[in-house]
Amino acid sequence: MRNAFADELTKLGDDDPRVVMLSGDIGNRLFDKFKAMHSQRFFNCGVAEANMMGVAAGMAMNGLRPVAYTITPFITTRCLEQIRTDVCYHEAPVTIVAVGAGLAYSGLGPTHHACEDISFLRSLPNMVVICPGDAFEVRAALRASLKQDHPVYIRLGKKGEPVVHKGPLTDFAIGKAITIARGSDVCLLSTGNMLPEAVEAAHELEKHGISAEVVSFHTVKPLDEACLADAFARFPLVATIEEHSRIGGFGAAVAEWLVDTRVTPRQFIRFGTPDAFFKQSGEQEFAREALGLSAHQIADKITVALRQG
Amino acid sequence: MNVAVRGSASRVDAGALKRQAAELRGRIIEMSHAAQAAHLASSLSCADIVTAAYWHVLNIDPREPKHPLRDRFILSKGHAAAALYAALATKGFFPIEELDTYCKDGGRLAEHPPANLLPGVEAATGSLGHGLPLGCGMALSGRIKDESFRVFALLSDGENNEGSVWEAAMFAAAQKLENVCVVVDYNKWQATARSNETLMLAPLADKWQAFGWDAREIDGHDVGAMAEAMQRVPNGSGKPVALIAHTVKGKGVSFMEDDNNWHYRAPTADEVVRARKELGLV
Repeated sequence: MRNAFADELTKLGDDDPRVVMLSGDIGNRLFDKFKAMHSQRFFNCGVAEANMMGVAAGMAMNGLRPVAYTITPFITTRCLEQIRTDVCYHEAPVTIVAVGAGLAYSGLGPTHHACEDISFLRSLPNMVVICPGDAFEVRAALRASLKQDHPVYIRLGKKGEPVVHKGPLTDFAIGKAITIARGSDVCLLSTGNMLPEAVEAAHELEKHGISAEVVSFHTVKPLDEACLADAFARFPLVATIEEHSRIGGFGAAVAEWLVDTRVTPRQFIRFGTPDAFFKQSGEQEFAREALGLSAHQIADKITVALRQG
Repeated sequence: MNVAVRGSASRVDAGALKRQAAELRGRIIEMSHAAQAAHLASSLSCADIVTAAYWHVLNIDPREPKHPLRDRFILSKGHAAAALYAALATKGFFPIEELDTYCKDGGRLAEHPPANLLPGVEAATGSLGHGLPLGCGMALSGRIKDESFRVFALLSDGENNEGSVWEAAMFAAAQKLENVCVVVDYNKWQATARSNETLMLAPLADKWQAFGWDAREIDGHDVGAMAEAMQRVPNGSGKPVALIAHTVKGKGVSFMEDDNNWHYRAPTADEVVRARKELGLV
């Protein structure tokens, strides 16, 4: 996702002179092409995220389309007040791009984990929250974000994740979920970097004779309410899947929607991380396995739930 | 006034600016009384700086408050909103009668300046340490778009406690933002204590100098000197400019000066009369 982001940003920078790139001193060589093409519109803002976010807001208030980028905790919780006051209160069209969603940087430890960001960001007025499911969704989300006039938060995984879509998305729209696979027994609503895991879980379920619909629910705010209404009407079991705390994340947003719209789900499961820091060393695959978020664990839990009815 | 052409040549009329500052103080005191709002002393300490900015330095036009080439003035010490509102209304950005709605239910003049609501307010402030990063972003956008406006940010001394101020200070120096000017309203008090007994600011001008700014100390109540110093931005040093303006909290009213109770207290009707008399406004 990371390389797709840098590549797409360079193209967008070619097309639109308002696009400015702000980096929090990360992405060594990642933005070389952008820098070469647009040296006057690239700023390494150093390890000073509060200032970077304020600078981005000031630029956006003066007609530019800044993209501010660094590792997830540092561009969200570290400078949350700047996001709230400088960006959201002023409705400044800043695109905030975070790398290392959830446990993508598991090995770096809890300082670099990001399982709370969706919760914080989606509670801010005027903020749009997008969690792309693969590199093609990253490109489309960035493009869509820079074409509109509001603050957007884009939550990237890392580099080299499996690609789910077959090619560029021509009809991507913020707030409109994408159906990846049709099914009839269970609906898997996945957000962000868990999409490949959701696709694999569907394959596992198929082996057990269970037909799973897979949806890339890339925009957590605003929710695609039509998609939710359809999913809860058609399926005996709906599951949300995210690499984020079950507190305040995508699953929580769907639970809020259920209560507010008085929809009663037949069965509803929220896959997410627990209310705890993950302190063990190890990479993302290990962390997912330890927290019950790998494809086969998701498939097993759904199989049991469907059997128990 | 054509904001495309900077009116830098005009001579400073210190006498006229002094009278204007006294009138501004009178309005601020009346507003504080009518609203029973806090932060009167903070508004009075920066009244001469605000007067110098709005009546001599800033290249602005109330008929075109969003003109792309206007100078930007950010009241980073947003708690002095009364001073900003009084200046903007007097300059014609909104009706002077609207000052009567300060802090009243349903109005546009809240205790801190609002976002995207009131003509002339460049940025919503109130949480300290936000104005300078915003100003740096505005200045860079001007550089990118080839618009040579200036950005002035008025900070309180207590605001220098915030780390984001120093992040922005280093950033502005690295980017050589010579069109950016910080004025610190150095009245030696923060909300509940002496500034230098809270976090050590001194030597404040040396600190800004060490952070890569062209910094100097100035009498923040010498409205003519303030006007001249701010008008010289950019000053050819290639650096952003920091004016450490020595001020007195509550300046202009003998029974408010350097008495930090007036950070929160609002004047009675009788005190308004006495204050206006001292300011020569009767």
